[in-house]
Amino acid sequence: MKTTNTQANPQTSLQTGRRPWQAGTLVPLALFVLLAAVPLWGLLTDNSFYVAFFARIVIYAIAVAALNLALGYGGLVSLGHALFLGLGAYSVALPAFYGIDNGWVHLLVCLASCGLAGLITGAISLRTSGIGFIMITLAFAQMGYFLFVSLKQYGGDDGTSITLTSKFVGLDMGGVYTVYIVSLVLLALLTWWMARLRVAPFGMVLRGARQNVRRISAVGFPARRYLLVSYVLSAMLCGVAGMLLANLNAFASPSTLSWIVSGDLVVMLVLGGIGTIFGPLLGATAFLGLEEILKIFTDHWLAVFGLVIVFIGLLGKAGIAGFLESAGSRRAKGAPRPAAPGAARKGVEA
Amino acid sequence: MTTLILSQLLNGVQYGVLLFLLAAGLTLVFGIMSFVNLAHGSLYMMGAYFAATAFNHTGSFFLAIVAALGGCVVLGMVLERTAISRLYMRDHLDHVLVTFGLVLFFNEMAQVIWGTQPYFLPVPAWLDSTVDIFGITYPSYRFAIIVAGLLAAVGSHLLIHKTRLGMLIRAGSVNPQMVGALGVNIKMLNALLFGIGAALAGLAGVMAGPILSVQSGMGEPVLITTLVVIVIGGIGSVSGAFYAALIVGIADTMGRAFLPMLLREVMARDIANAAGPAIASMLIYVLMALVLAIRPQGLFAGARK
Repeated sequence: MKTTNTQANPQTSLQTGRRPWQAGTLVPLALFVLLAAVPLWGLLTDNSFYVAFFARIVIYAIAVAALNLALGYGGLVSLGHALFLGLGAYSVALPAFYGIDNGWVHLLVCLASCGLAGLITGAISLRTSGIGFIMITLAFAQMGYFLFVSLKQYGGDDGTSITLTSKFVGLDMGGVYTVYIVSLVLLALLTWWMARLRVAPFGMVLRGARQNVRRISAVGFPARRYLLVSYVLSAMLCGVAGMLLANLNAFASPSTLSWIVSGDLVVMLVLGGIGTIFGPLLGATAFLGLEEILKIFTDHWLAVFGLVIVFIGLLGKAGIAGFLESAGSRRAKGAPRPAAPGAARKGVEA
Repeated sequence: MTTLILSQLLNGVQYGVLLFLLAAGLTLVFGIMSFVNLAHGSLYMMGAYFAATAFNHTGSFFLAIVAALGGCVVLGMVLERTAISRLYMRDHLDHVLVTFGLVLFFNEMAQVIWGTQPYFLPVPAWLDSTVDIFGITYPSYRFAIIVAGLLAAVGSHLLIHKTRLGMLIRAGSVNPQMVGALGVNIKMLNALLFGIGAALAGLAGVMAGPILSVQSGMGEPVLITTLVVIVIGGIGSVSGAFYAALIVGIADTMGRAFLPMLLREVMARDIANAAGPAIASMLIYVLMALVLAIRPQGLFAGARK
């Protein structure tokens, strides 16, 4: 943990990773405040397009926060989280297809299917590590993709539109404002929970396992079991994001399970700052924001975007959260010492 | 019925051989440089495009093959020198990130250069016939793919085990520092190895061109199937990749052809019609899961380190 040596007290820095009221905290909190103002702005300008756009950001931030638990904390490079996003989406679409609009049923189906899929694929994938893990999670997601493509009665390749959105007591998730507010509240809760989890014994074991699985096992923790739990939990949370996405779009299609989506989630996380608390929100905002901006300039924005991703990978910096943090600590201490690139995630190969 | 089974078996072998060409390059790079290359499918796509362009300009299938091989070797070596060689010391996440970016880039560039419409690469006239094997008539072109793929497999085996270059590659995989200290340009060697892998991917692209349509994004489905092949065969093992490619090719083709039919025998027709294609499309992944559950290191691992 080279990042700790800029901190006055290594003990607190290890627990929180940063001091309060620095750029690393202030910018994301300001972003949260702005996001909270989006519905008001939408109502005043009577334009729900941007509300839907920011809802997408918030929902992807939830999915990325879920991925952060497995990838950022546990070091499990999963290139298959689109599987859970898609399962979440279809756990709204399939009950709705049969006329069930009870949100609690949707949620139950979502958590059960994602939990089960996460448990099975996770238990098998965790038998390997490193390259193997990446390829296997990718292959399982692709399997889910082909499964839903071949289910012709639910639209197959074209997907299926959702006429009955999730209804909780007094809350119809059909409205874009409702989805937005529910998603934002969930994101805030999830961010808070993940911040707590990061320094809780469970999170500490995961972060230790990311650096060195054998040592964690030697200390006496069943590291593989901890990693599996984190993977399953991550899958279920990602499924919830999928549910929200399906309600927002009133549509579910196999393209949600495409491996490009898995890749996007990983890019968002790395862009935002892997293993950090606010990284998912920052990454999702930057990623989808950049996408929207590039679309203004050229139809072939993906080519530019691809090169941007290549450079992010080649630079290997600690993401936006790491940048904000080092900017903040430089101002505070006058000692420029950016977070060592990649130093904290070396353990992936171990 | 037997002719149907035989011809589907040959189709399976032909698909398997194509998968092997992709898997060989990928697994060499995995095994020796420990590098995850998601952009391998893009090299396959670019190979097909290079070939289609050359064919449209010259009308010669032979020149199309030359263009694909040459183009892919150059492209692969340039990629290796500019981007990929910087990543060998980094963790796999950075590999995934950079090559994922490259996939998006290449897919979009293919659309910019060659348009969104699928490109056409016809079967060459001298292979546009049928051959008789085991009493069944089979398209010559598909048979030629099998032959070419087997030749490429034998060729790469000889290259790695019988030539000086192959000896250096094997030595470099065990101890790159020592090989470098003995005066071998190890960086050039790695670039060359990457180029060979790219050429095999390009060859697969040409051969698949007349069967599938040449279009942006054609590399990804086949890339993921190739990853399944490598996982089953054992990461880094070329011979393992060969057997696994044939197993996956045959299992996938036979599953798609016969599974819906078999299911109709044992269950209600409408359920079988719905479940058959679904199960068939998942077959190779289930196969992979089974292999991993029993032998996590892959079926044929251990022959190479």
